[in-house]
Amino acid sequence: MTHIEKPRVHHPALEQNELGLTRRDYEGRMSTLCAGCGHDSVTAAIIETFWKLSVPPHRVAKLSGIGCSAKTPTYFVKEAHGFNAVHGRMPSLVTGGNAANRDLVYIGISGDGDSLSIGLGQLCHAIRRNVDMLYVLENNGVYGLTKGQFSASADVGSVAKTGEVNRQRPIDPVLLALSLGASFVARGFSGDKAQLVPILEAGLRHRGLALVDVISPCVTFNDHEGSTKSYRYTREHEVEAVEADFVPLRRELTAEYEAGDVREVAMHDGSVVRFRKVPAHYDPTDRDAAYAYVRGRQEAGEVPTGLLHLDPTGQDMHRALGTVETPLVDLPFEALCPGRDKLAEILAAFR
Amino acid sequence: MSGVNDLALKIATVNGTGSASANGLLMQSIFRMGIPVTGKNVFPSNIQGLPTWYEIRVSGEGWTARSPEYDLVVAMNPATYARDIAEVQPGGWVLHDSSWPLARELRREDVTFLGVPLARMGSEHFHGSRTLILMKNVGYVGALAALLEVDRDVVRSLLEERFGEKKRALLDANFKAFDLGFEFAREHFEPPLPIRLSPMDATRDSVLIDGNTAAAIGCLYAGATVASWYPITPSTSLVQAFEAYANRYRKDPETGKLRVAVIQAEDELAAAGMAIGAGWMGARSFTSTSGAGISLMSEFIGLAYYTEIPVVFFDIQRVGPSTGMPTRTQQGDILMVAYASHGDTKHIALFPADPKECFELAVAAFDLAERFQTPVFVVSDLDIGMNDWVVPRFEWDDGYRPDRGKVLTAGELEAGAVFHRYEDVDGDGIPWRTLPGVHPRGAFFTRGSGHDRYARYTEDAGPYTDVVDRLTRKHATAAAHVPAPVVARRPGASLGLVTIGGCDAACREAVHHLAERGVPLDYMRIRAFPFGDEVGAFLLEHPTNFIVEQNRDAQLHHLLLVETAVTRDRLASVRRYGGLPLSAVHVVDDVLGLLRESGGNGHGAAVAGAGSAAGTASGARGPNGGGGGGRAGGPGGEARRGRGAGPSRSAGRGDGGGS
Repeated sequence: MTHIEKPRVHHPALEQNELGLTRRDYEGRMSTLCAGCGHDSVTAAIIETFWKLSVPPHRVAKLSGIGCSAKTPTYFVKEAHGFNAVHGRMPSLVTGGNAANRDLVYIGISGDGDSLSIGLGQLCHAIRRNVDMLYVLENNGVYGLTKGQFSASADVGSVAKTGEVNRQRPIDPVLLALSLGASFVARGFSGDKAQLVPILEAGLRHRGLALVDVISPCVTFNDHEGSTKSYRYTREHEVEAVEADFVPLRRELTAEYEAGDVREVAMHDGSVVRFRKVPAHYDPTDRDAAYAYVRGRQEAGEVPTGLLHLDPTGQDMHRALGTVETPLVDLPFEALCPGRDKLAEILAAFR
Repeated sequence: MSGVNDLALKIATVNGTGSASANGLLMQSIFRMGIPVTGKNVFPSNIQGLPTWYEIRVSGEGWTARSPEYDLVVAMNPATYARDIAEVQPGGWVLHDSSWPLARELRREDVTFLGVPLARMGSEHFHGSRTLILMKNVGYVGALAALLEVDRDVVRSLLEERFGEKKRALLDANFKAFDLGFEFAREHFEPPLPIRLSPMDATRDSVLIDGNTAAAIGCLYAGATVASWYPITPSTSLVQAFEAYANRYRKDPETGKLRVAVIQAEDELAAAGMAIGAGWMGARSFTSTSGAGISLMSEFIGLAYYTEIPVVFFDIQRVGPSTGMPTRTQQGDILMVAYASHGDTKHIALFPADPKECFELAVAAFDLAERFQTPVFVVSDLDIGMNDWVVPRFEWDDGYRPDRGKVLTAGELEAGAVFHRYEDVDGDGIPWRTLPGVHPRGAFFTRGSGHDRYARYTEDAGPYTDVVDRLTRKHATAAAHVPAPVVARRPGASLGLVTIGGCDAACREAVHHLAERGVPLDYMRIRAFPFGDEVGAFLLEHPTNFIVEQNRDAQLHHLLLVETAVTRDRLASVRRYGGLPLSAVHVVDDVLGLLRESGGNGHGAAVAGAGSAAGTASGARGPNGGGGGGRAGGPGGEARRGRGAGPSRSAGRGDGGGS
């Protein structure tokens, strides 16, 4: 079993969103992940995000590959169509799905094994195409389902539960995404929901691929002394590089901050990301600056988190493909088939 | 023998010199003269500088298979002079560039050498090495035109269409080069040759087109909206043609935006994933590749099969295994596409025989994919896909509407339709599906992991087998809906000849010749897998069926043994797999050889007596190798070989060189 049915109980006093739905309406089935798994916290943040943004549940397409992370789409938005694909290949399914129906809200959940080893190519190319999706990479440094092998995100010197020490350099999804020209790059920590939810909100509204790397400790295989992806290590080394709020379109702006502290970036649909506490010499809309900043903090032994880079221009894959605004699946056959007369025209070239 | 409107030419050139364009001009001119013609481009996996050949067969009777019995060879590549000149039929002709003397040892007494100083004439009239080389090619077309009586006006109008007024200088240069060759031949030889052309009216309702372009038009007409692909010879031109047509016929007139998404993927895995993702969403989607790509896509193919997602795969076969010979043709993927992917998987596969069927079966493939909610393969090959064929004009019925299969609408779901994704409601093995984004009640989880009829994860034997057994029933249901075999019975025939795909042309011609030689055969061309009842019935009707195919391991033969009730003793195998298109002469030789070996005189019983236990080979040239996979024939690809676990009676050979 990878899920347990959850009783559907609605308390009349539960808070409702613009669609009249409660948080419970965005839940999925009961998780069967290990108690304390970081992934369940990410799931909770995702539920909160969809609820806050009042996304119609059936307009969500949720996909995953293989691994512990791949189980999590079962645990949120049960009225969404889900797709649990093959290992490392979730991005191509989203790419094709999005090409066919650009109006759905796509969320792909992956892990460090799924994205950084077997699926590294697909991740890179989805970034290049800027497929309109929220890509959540639940990063714990190990292969959980196969019981604790190092993944490609394991840091040099990180110790496995078996005592083995990792000697290979890690692939950092944040630096990778920045170098590939990703239009939205963030890192969160499953233990910090307050930080993660606004990032996910902005990522979901971002037009293009929003990569959110979430340090999500594996309590069973990688939460011990010597691990650099444990709760303790992450808490001790995490530095919130930049704080971000997401202000969706239509929601009233509330001036909570003094001018000067805040940098506002408008997104393609008019929503606003509000960056707070931006360090000197750091501009989240400048990819090179973001790269240099993240790299510098890592050299200092820190794990910088936050919405690290945002290019709000919103030119996704469809822009490059030149496709019509109407989802291709909604086009009537008459708009697709040139018909008998045109066939004669086509064949005239083959005489 | 050869004569008027019955001849075979071979033109040997160097690739990257523009000879393809000159050869195409010659071929198209013959087509325009109303004469049935076939062209086969035998090219290297290279861009410039390696030997390349173009074969033209003219057949007033309308036979379209390749003929390796060349009446005339145009030898333009010194690197291959020896083999090219050796291949001319006795009594034939060799047209060569006589700007330089031909080595004495290359001379043959039994053929006529026609020297045309193409390089010298070119350098006298043209400037620049590139122009010179191009004009040399058009020059030999001119000489051939005089020798064979190609209509000069037809050539002129084709050149005008090709270059138009905008490229006046090029047009003039081409025609000048053509005339130089034409006039030289007229003055120095005594045209026409006995092999020559005479205008007919047999191609009025035909087109000259390659199978990949035809398949692309099929995809356009079927309403495909998502195409994902990764470049690979010989399939590349399919998606490229689709994209070109889509840019023309799928453009929103107001916005200029496209009603199609063509995505060049990072590899074949991603190409398959994208097509499946789009199929999941409800789009008609496809990918096009060759055997190596199918190998890479196999995991995804299993996913689409098990999750029941419609998607169309074009497999333009080339020579395997591994990289194989990327620019040569074969039918080596028959078994792979039938059962692609791990675990128990079975697919629907369609096998077009020519470009017209590429068009028709492309459309059928989308209907079948959606009707049966499964991957459908259109299995073509390099010969069909990349060579120009003369085929009847395609037809289109404007009344056609796509078969979207069993899809529940938002209205049906709203009205409370009971929906369990993998439940066999109608008893045909085909469940109902819903599309993402349509209605909350349609939501379910698509998964490649074990699932029950309610689309729930399972690790339990009962619910798991419930689903996979239904998939078997679904596949069986498809047998009655796929294109039926084409059967042609002949009076007095007691034996059968069976083939698939692009072998059709050679086999039909062979069956004709065999009948003339007192061996009448009933003929069946299989067009799809799973096999319909007619396939098994045909095989059981005949004590011996010659199974003709282009692969070493007799893949169709084995598939028939596994998937029909036919027994081994009723099947004999004829294979050619060296990479060149099949010729009738191959089939005639091998069938007669098998009949001789069995001591038969064309009667089935005698042939059937020749077969013994599996593993006994019956090669025409050598003693058979006994059991256990001994080699029957001589060394090298020319030999006929028996196989250890192969068909009991067989004639197989790599058709190395030109034969």
